[in-house]
Amino acid sequence: MLNLTSVDWLIMLLYFVFVLGIGFALKRYMKTSKDFFQAGRALPAWICGLAFISANLGAQEVIGMGASGAKYGLETAHFYGIGAIPAMIFVGIFMMPFYYGSKARSVPEFLRMRFDEKTRALNACSFAVMTVFSSGISMYAMARLIQALHVFDGLFRALGWAPEGIFTFSIVLSAVIVLAYIFLGGLTSAIYNEVLQFFLIIAGFFPLVYLGLKNIGGWEGLKASVPMQYMHEWKGVAHASTNPMGIEIIGLGMGLGFVLGSGYWCTDFLVIQTAMASKDMESARKVPLIAAVPKMLFPFLVILPGLLAIGLPTPHTTTVITRGADGAIYHSINVVSPQVEQGKGLVPAKINPVTGKAMLDTNGDPLLDYDMATPNMLLHFFPTGILGLGLTALLASFMSGMAGNVTAFNTVFTYDLYQSYIHKNGSDRHYMAVGRWATVGGILLSIGTAYAAINFNNIMDTLQLVFSFVNAPLFATFLLGMFWKRATGHAAFTGLIAGTATAMIHHGLTLPMLAHPGIHGGWITVVHTYHSDMAQNFWTAIWAFSANFVVTVIVSYCTKARPESELVGLVHSLTPKPKRPENELWWQRPETLALAVLVGAIALNIFFY
Amino acid sequence: MSLDLRIPMGLMFTLVGVILSVFGLATNGSAIYAASLGINANLWWGLVLLVFGLTMFLMGRRSQARLAKLPPEPVDTSEVRRGH
Repeated sequence: MLNLTSVDWLIMLLYFVFVLGIGFALKRYMKTSKDFFQAGRALPAWICGLAFISANLGAQEVIGMGASGAKYGLETAHFYGIGAIPAMIFVGIFMMPFYYGSKARSVPEFLRMRFDEKTRALNACSFAVMTVFSSGISMYAMARLIQALHVFDGLFRALGWAPEGIFTFSIVLSAVIVLAYIFLGGLTSAIYNEVLQFFLIIAGFFPLVYLGLKNIGGWEGLKASVPMQYMHEWKGVAHASTNPMGIEIIGLGMGLGFVLGSGYWCTDFLVIQTAMASKDMESARKVPLIAAVPKMLFPFLVILPGLLAIGLPTPHTTTVITRGADGAIYHSINVVSPQVEQGKGLVPAKINPVTGKAMLDTNGDPLLDYDMATPNMLLHFFPTGILGLGLTALLASFMSGMAGNVTAFNTVFTYDLYQSYIHKNGSDRHYMAVGRWATVGGILLSIGTAYAAINFNNIMDTLQLVFSFVNAPLFATFLLGMFWKRATGHAAFTGLIAGTATAMIHHGLTLPMLAHPGIHGGWITVVHTYHSDMAQNFWTAIWAFSANFVVTVIVSYCTKARPESELVGLVHSLTPKPKRPENELWWQRPETLALAVLVGAIALNIFFY
Repeated sequence: MSLDLRIPMGLMFTLVGVILSVFGLATNGSAIYAASLGINANLWWGLVLLVFGLTMFLMGRRSQARLAKLPPEPVDTSEVRRGH
């Protein structure tokens, strides 16, 4: 089992010291609310760019993409190639001029400027609730992983504490650290720590992938040890039944690429806030494009460990007998836990806690605990020392995922809810104080969510589901708002509600294969069955987006349009082209960078075909 | 913003690099490297991180020194582009 030595602890401790140190060092620069909520709008593009992708590099990404790599193979890379890169290019080139140029301080505030108060209120409320829950889920996932990896078991034994306290200890520890550095340094602190985490993830995962690939015999060895369709991103994608994810090309392209990916990267304030913190319009537009470069390479770092884990031979308990120089016989026993022995590769089987036997699916094969694929790789390949670094990278990713949510929450709460509806004309210092206390409140609510997740085991799935209902239609509102001057406030509001309602109805009427009606869908009645829950998700998003789009257009024509003079700087056709900076060279333009990213993304997709 | 992130970040990776490579040297040839296929992962990766950390640290220091010399207002944009 996990055997941490003082070197591992030293590295982990060092990270915590620097994280808090950065917070304290930034405290003296926090003079106005703009410094606190928007990092003073003064950060260089490369820092914001790395923070832009790291904000999303939380639990879902690092653990989830590894799990997905083990379960579906390289098809998972679609989340990058289709799901992220095009959206990042789009937001940088086309949408950032309006977000940054409108001087809005948050995404909901942009909605108020473009549409009206009620659209903003709807978006601000749903967003605030979602960020708190997401950070709670992140916290819960981290505490469970710490328990599963037995990170603090040794520490607890040494201190004589009961091991039941590990969950609470992990939650409180992460909450206190995240709270401290955001309370002190605001968004700047969160962004700096996201960049720190970005490099830590590379530092922790690059050697892991290297060792894994070396062990399995390089790329060719990997190809030989996993089923053929695991190594292809596009092959078999024309029909749902011929690829591991069970999605056909239209659902994939439209659902993931056009709706879900764009909905996330182009409208979620969690990531947009980092771009809005950069120092000028040019930088703000480059932020998502800079972010897209490492994003293209991340499949190698986060998906490959999962794929390697499933491809490697399953370890078994072995005894090696050696004879020492003095003639003594040594038995060295390498004990492998039953979970791993009954699993596939390094991916452990799910064990029934009562019987201690592996849980089986309907075909009699053991169910695999894919979430442990990446953590088990770390434990398998890393000796003490670098293992500390790998675990620190994991912890960092969980905490900064939380931190991004918390800063997004405190900004939206302070500007879009508190300043707009509770206390209008306060002093700047007052709002800064409110922001700090909103941070405390947000973290307390997250802790509440994390504990709720223990008691109601369906709560995580339910929350994810609700998020998808709320998020799915959003992109249509922004698209119409920024590129169609006729779109009105009433229309945006009704469109959003219609989109969410459609998402719910679609979910209620469809069911993935082999699932029972209920949380997975079909709670009204089952009229259509999808090949996988992922396909169902993508189609829910497509329906929600289309409903929102259609309803917004229809209602816009029935309501009075706003005068064009009010929409300058908010709508594409009414905004004068920004003046290019003087003596700018062609390769420094955001468009050039965007083109380079696009070519790179296409090359990668061909490589993984 | 007057705190260049590269300074604390460089410092942290330098320290991690030193810790890992010293530990790697001390445990060279030990049985713990059976896990990493006989490669002394601590030593080699520690050295890489050490170089990375020092580079970041020095870049941060240099740009801060240059910014201190300049009048405070026009922020030097050529520096930013160097970062990526």
